[in-house]
Formats: sequence, C-alpha cells, structure tokens
Amino acid sequence: MKPGGFVQTISRFMKVLGLALVLLATPRIAEAQSAAPAAAAPVVAASAAAPVAVASAASDRFAVAPGGYTPMKPTAGKGMPVAGGIGFQTQYSPNGQYALWMHNSILLPVIVGVTIFVLLLLVWVVIRFNARANPVPSRTSHNTLLEVIWTGIPILILLVVFVPSMKLLAKQYKALPADALTVKATGNQWYWSYAYPDNGGFEVISNILPAGEATKRGEPEQLGADYRMVVPAGEPIRLQTAGADVIHSFSVPSLWFKLDAVPGRVNEKMLFISEPGVYYGQCSELCGARHGYMPIVVEALPRPQYNAWVMTHAGAKVDGAPAPAAAPAASAPPASATPAPAA
Amino acid sequence: MATTTDHHSAHGDVHAHDDHKPGFFSRWFMSTNHKDIGTLYLIFAIFAGIIGGAISGIMRLELDHPGIQVLASVNHFLGVTSATMDQNLHLWNVLITAHGLIMVFFMVMPAMIGGFGNWFVPIMIGAPDMAFPRMNNISFWLTVAGFCSLMISPFVPGGTGNGAGIGWTAYAPLSTSGSQGPAVDFAIFSLHLAGAGSIMGAINFITTILNMRAPGMTLHKMPLFVWSMLVTAFLLLLALPVLAAAITMLITDRNFGTTFFDASGGGDPVLFQHLFWFFGHPEVYIMILPGFGMISQIVSTFSKKPVFGYLGMAYAMVAIGVVGFVVWAHHMYTTGLSEDVKMYFTTATMVIAVPTGIKIFSWIATMWGGSISFKSPMVWAIGFIFLFTVGGVTGVVLANGGIDDNVQDTYYVVGHFHYVLSLGAVTALFAGFYYWFPKMSGRWHSELLSYLHFAVFFVGVNLIFFPMHFLGLQGMPRRYPDYAAAFEYWNHISTIGYKVMAASMVIFFVNIIYALVAGKKAEGNYWGEGANTLEWTLSSPPPFHQFETLPVIGDDDHH
Repeated sequence: MKPGGFVQTISRFMKVLGLALVLLATPRIAEAQSAAPAAAAPVVAASAAAPVAVASAASDRFAVAPGGYTPMKPTAGKGMPVAGGIGFQTQYSPNGQYALWMHNSILLPVIVGVTIFVLLLLVWVVIRFNARANPVPSRTSHNTLLEVIWTGIPILILLVVFVPSMKLLAKQYKALPADALTVKATGNQWYWSYAYPDNGGFEVISNILPAGEATKRGEPEQLGADYRMVVPAGEPIRLQTAGADVIHSFSVPSLWFKLDAVPGRVNEKMLFISEPGVYYGQCSELCGARHGYMPIVVEALPRPQYNAWVMTHAGAKVDGAPAPAAAPAASAPPASATPAPAA
Repeated sequence: MATTTDHHSAHGDVHAHDDHKPGFFSRWFMSTNHKDIGTLYLIFAIFAGIIGGAISGIMRLELDHPGIQVLASVNHFLGVTSATMDQNLHLWNVLITAHGLIMVFFMVMPAMIGGFGNWFVPIMIGAPDMAFPRMNNISFWLTVAGFCSLMISPFVPGGTGNGAGIGWTAYAPLSTSGSQGPAVDFAIFSLHLAGAGSIMGAINFITTILNMRAPGMTLHKMPLFVWSMLVTAFLLLLALPVLAAAITMLITDRNFGTTFFDASGGGDPVLFQHLFWFFGHPEVYIMILPGFGMISQIVSTFSKKPVFGYLGMAYAMVAIGVVGFVVWAHHMYTTGLSEDVKMYFTTATMVIAVPTGIKIFSWIATMWGGSISFKSPMVWAIGFIFLFTVGGVTGVVLANGGIDDNVQDTYYVVGHFHYVLSLGAVTALFAGFYYWFPKMSGRWHSELLSYLHFAVFFVGVNLIFFPMHFLGLQGMPRRYPDYAAAFEYWNHISTIGYKVMAASMVIFFVNIIYALVAGKKAEGNYWGEGANTLEWTLSSPPPFHQFETLPVIGDDDHH
C-alpha cells in the first residue's frame, strides 16, 4: 500500500472522529448551559430538612435564626457517592461545575475519541494487513508529511484542552474577599478538628461515627462523623488546612475540593458551596493505620442558621458582630480527642 | 543483515573450548556472563512478582466487600496472633507499601532492565558481553540483598504494628516521626541497596552501548530496544541519586536527629515530595521505556517491515526522557502549589502526550502495509498498544491541575497507573517473554497456551482496573481497606477480575513448565523473515560466549 493511501485513510478516519466528537459533545454542552445559571448565581435554597425563610445570605450576615441548631439530615445521593456510580458526583460549587463541564464535555470526548480512533486503526490493520490478506509487505518506513500530521494534530487537541484547563486554574485561585469567613481544618491521627477564628475561635472535633451508628442516624457508613464542619452556604469561605502530626488531605468530591493538611504549614483555598446540604469527604493522604476512618462532613447552612449553630458554642460570636453573652455549652463538642473505634 | 563469520552462524559456536561453562556454583552465584545474569534477573523478577501479586490478591479479597475481613488472618499468618484492629489496619498499609515497592523495584525493573536488557543489549549491538561483567554481578546481588531487607521489614515493629506502612512514596513525616521502629529503616535500606544496584547497572549499560557496538553499528543503526535501554539507563543514572539523597535524609531524620523534613526544626515535609517525585516521575518512564523498545522490535518483526519513522521513534524516547524530568510536581497538585507552578506543570505534563502519540502512531504505521503474522508476541504487542493508549489518555485528564483536585489520591489514579504499568509494562514484559523465551532457553513454549494466557489476562486485568476509574470519579480514596457501601459494586467486579487474572498466571506457569520439560527445540531464527536483529543470527540458546569475532554491520542494513 502506498503512503498516499495511508494519508487518505487517516484523513477519512479523522473526519469520522471529528463527527463522533461533535455528537458526543453536543448534549453535554447543552447540559452544561442549562446548569450554568444555577452555578452563576449563588442561590441559597431552603432545604427540606432545614426549612427556613431567608431571602439572601448576603443581606443579613449577622442574623441569627431562632430555634438553635438541629443537624441537617443528608439527602440521599447528594454530596455522597451513589451505588455503582461511574462518573463524578454532582457538583455544588461554581468551580466544581466548571471543572465537571470541562471533564465531561472536553476531556472525556477527547480521550474516548482518541482511544476509539487507535482501536479502529488497530482493527483495520489487523483485518487488512494480516499475512493472508497482504502476503507481500511494503518497505515504507518514512513519510515526513504523515509524521508532521501526527505530531501536529495532537498539539492542536492539547490546545483545546489547555484553554479551559488554564481558565479553571485561574478560577480556583481567584483571590478571596478580605472579609471572607475563615475556617481552619486540622488533620490529626485520626480525626479532623475545625477552628472558627472569626467566630470567637472555638474548635469542633470531628470523629467517625461507630459502625452501625451512621445507619441509625440516616448517614452513610464510613462517611458519617459525630460533629460536622458547619459553614455558611452561598458565600466564599477561606478554608485553611494544616496537619497536626503527619500529612492528611481535606477532600470533598462533590465540592471539587482537595487540599493537603501539612504539618508546619497552612494551606489556603476558596471553598464556595452554592446551596445548603450535607457534603461528605474522606482523608485523602495516607496518614497511618486509621487513614480510612477519618471522614469529613461539611454541612452548609444559610447564614442565619449558620450563625445559630455558631452561637451554640461557648465563647462564640457571630462573624463581625459585637460579642454577645456566652451561649449555653450544651451541644458543644467533647474535648476528648479519642477516635471512636472503627469496624 | 549483519555479516558474520561462519562459525557464528545459526549453528552456534563450534569451538567447544569457547563454550566452556563454569561449575554450577560459580556459574550462577559468581556469574559474570550477561546471559546468565539476565536469566538470574528474570527468575528473581518472577519470584518477586509472585509475592507482589499474592499481596495484591490479599488486598482485592479485603476490598471485595465493605468491612474488614481478611486482615486478621493475614496478621495471624505473619505470626501476630490476636492482633488489635489498629494492627490489622496498619497491616493494610504494610501490604500496599510492599506491593508497590516489590512491583516497581523488584519485579518490573529487574525483569525489563536486568533481565531482557542484560540478555539482549550486548547481543543486539554485537558485543561479547557487558562492559563491566563483575559490576553486573554486583548489581544483581545488591538487588537480591535489597529484596531481603524489604522482606525482613514486615516482621519487625514499624509503629502501630509490624512492618512499614508508609506507602511506596514514603512521605515524611509519616515515614519519620510517624513510624517508630526498625521496619521503616529496613524498607528504606532496601531501596538504597536496590538503587545502588540499578545505578551500577545504568553505568554498565551506558558504557556498553556507547563503547562496545560492533563495527558499522552507528547509534542511528541500533535496534530501538537498545535505544530504549540507553535512554532508560540515563534516566536511572540521573534520577536514582536524587532518591538516594532523599531517603538518606529520611534515615538521618529518623535516627540521627536531623530535621530536613520536619517543620519544627526548619525543614519541610513537602520538600521530600519534591525530591521523591523528581526521581519518581522519571522512574515511571524507566519502567515503560524498555517496554516501548521491545514492542518496537516485535511489531517490526511480525509485520515483516522495518520500524516506521525509526529516528522519530528513537528521539521520541529521548524527548519523553527529557520532559519526564520537568513534570514531577503533577504528583503534588494538592500540596498547596501556587497558581503559576500548577499552570506550568499542567502544561509541561500535557506536552508528554505528543511524543507518546508519535510512538503509538508509528507502531500502527509499522503494521500498516505489513504482512502481519499473529504469533503470540505480536498478539501481546497489539494488546499493549491498546491498553497503553487507554492508560495514556487518562494521564491527559490527570495532567490538568484543576481537574486533578478531585481525582488526586483516588482510585482514578490507581486505575491510570495500573493501565500504563500493570497493563502496559507487564503486557510488554509478556510480549518480550514469548518473543525471546525460545531464544533464551532453546525450547518452544506452547503458542496455544500463550494465546490463552493473553485472552484470560486481557479480560482479567481490564475487569480489575477499568472499574477503578469509576470508583475514583465517584470519590473513593486510594489506600483504603474499607469503604462506603456505594463503592461495593465496582470493587466486587474488580475482585472478580483479579481471580480471572490469577487464572491466567496459572496458564503462564504451566506454559513455562511445559516448555522446559517437553518443549520442542527452537532454531536460531525461529520467527523467520522479519526477525533481523543480531540475536537471530545466533543459535537458540546462544553460545555461552558470542561474537568472539565481531559481526560487521553493512551500510545498507536497516535497524
């Protein structure tokens, strides 16, 4: 077979591939577009589990909802893995939605397309150029044009990936407003502690729920924790991580968030949760025996409910507001740092 | 084709005194013969592979269902009766650590570089042996000593329980202040020994390839397998000393009060990760490049065509090697890198896809227009090209720093690197094994069993590793002995896949035993037309000393 024939066949393959890519991408783009407005406006919808009447989180940063705090019941399938799932979890942050769009509408079609293209070439070669079909081998071993093409086209494909990839990084590193709420998550062997320096500096210690207890509370086994990291929804949060002993990693898949908790340094990244809910994650850096038993539970609440939760802690104050009298410490977390026995 | 004198024809060396072999002990324990050392490396790699593979079997059984099921019995088997839950969970970390270290340092590297490299680099360049035969011997025995050190480690205290539970990456401070006891020191020392062996091996290969090529064999006439070994040797030579430095600093942090990786003394835990991955990323190319070389030889042989774009193929490997040194921090996207650093490493990492693409397309173009015979090595090689492509494209996903925030340290990463290693490098190893086994042993394996091995292995490994992508996207972190119920479905499928893969290994061993016991004698050039590198001018097995009269490579010879 002449090299020219090869080029022709390649270009035919490329056309088919391009068509396939377009077909794959079309419904996903539509899907992303319909999802986009929801992502753009930080809507704080009242969840069924914690019904409240709030207009907007931004309007009243200091409001404290009456009635104190009741832990929110998780919604099945929201903020947690679903049985037999094959894709990313649904995203509840604008950057997460952008990243998900980039993965599903750009990366996935590209990698599936490339793999199918290589597979088709292999199948074609096996059928067309086996010893029976083609007893006399050609001696072609060079074709400059072809080599330029298969160097150039991958570069073009990479450029298609490169642009949104850089955009995503820029979004993730966008500077936080100076008055953003700061929460500090510290990884310990083997539990998390969450400090709230803007709310009076109280600390919440979060241990895994013992086996069976999670089910009783309607939470997924292995993922439930006794006390949660509660944060306001719909506003940027300055989440800092640090390690107390070895490196841990604070990770919440449905918020597209992962940041290592390294001893001796404070890492910082923006966390923005679009709507109230309970979002589960797990420690994601090997940290010793119970690495698999220090889940992360983030509960996002509208500001007034968040403020009500804050006020359940001794010495707490609402972010920026003058310090009120100490609230009853009834539901304050225990000082004990002993992890609950697992399994 | 190479011009050889008569007595180096396919009938082998007729001078009996040239073929004098030393006694059993001197031959196998004090060996200076590159082919014997190669054989030792292959036997060692198979032995280590059985242990590493058995460990992954334990892990897959444990992960079959949520909860902790088998770790207590494994602890019991290792001599720890009535282990606490924490000791059992620590054992899990010991298993993942041992699996990683064994497969990387004591299976893939010895098989690829020590085994096939030692066997065929000298022959393919028309040299009588390696440049430093005694150093070659030390390289091997240091690897064995390293393996012994690693095998002692699970039986001595390592913190929460016996053994080093630090992951193959040995991140500080888990590997320093986080793990008291000698187990971690044994594990680290094993890397020192194996690393020293590999550095010596690299020096040996570079010297051999640069100085001992037969007359007329210019660098641009060398077979691509030799090219791949040359690039690999340079990567080893440049990367391993960095690992040696990093783990020596671990040892001194652990035992002598230094604080290189301890923030309380002015050190930095993340510095260890930079050093480790400066070695670690070239290391993954060290494991796959020799496989690239083998696949090139095999595809060319069975297509009965010279390799397409020979120079492009050779320099693509050089490019992969060079770029491989400047992408290390893509393993560290979540450690708190700055925006610019992440943008740079994202870009540099994506660039690697280009030379890798050149290799894939050149293999296909080599087959294009060929007259392909589907002998077992070719079937494995075609399997390699496809599986490596699958592993490669998920690498493009992981390259994106912003995307990686969600998949870093999840099963997606585990799936990705097993597609390029367990399905890429190991598939290449089997392709090379079936390609050269009759050459090395002088006896034929069963081609039927080889096809069967491939078919069962292909189904098994895809069942094991493809679902891991799903698990990772859903958020299942790696290095977990237990998991939420939602992850059970694909974990169960993966464990079924392991059992299928294990069955394929039985076929493999039956095939070897069959070949050694009842295999037909193999001729010198048993693949016939298309097999035209120098090893095919020798008998099977080659004479104990080959090329005492150097072959001369003519101007018109192709690679």
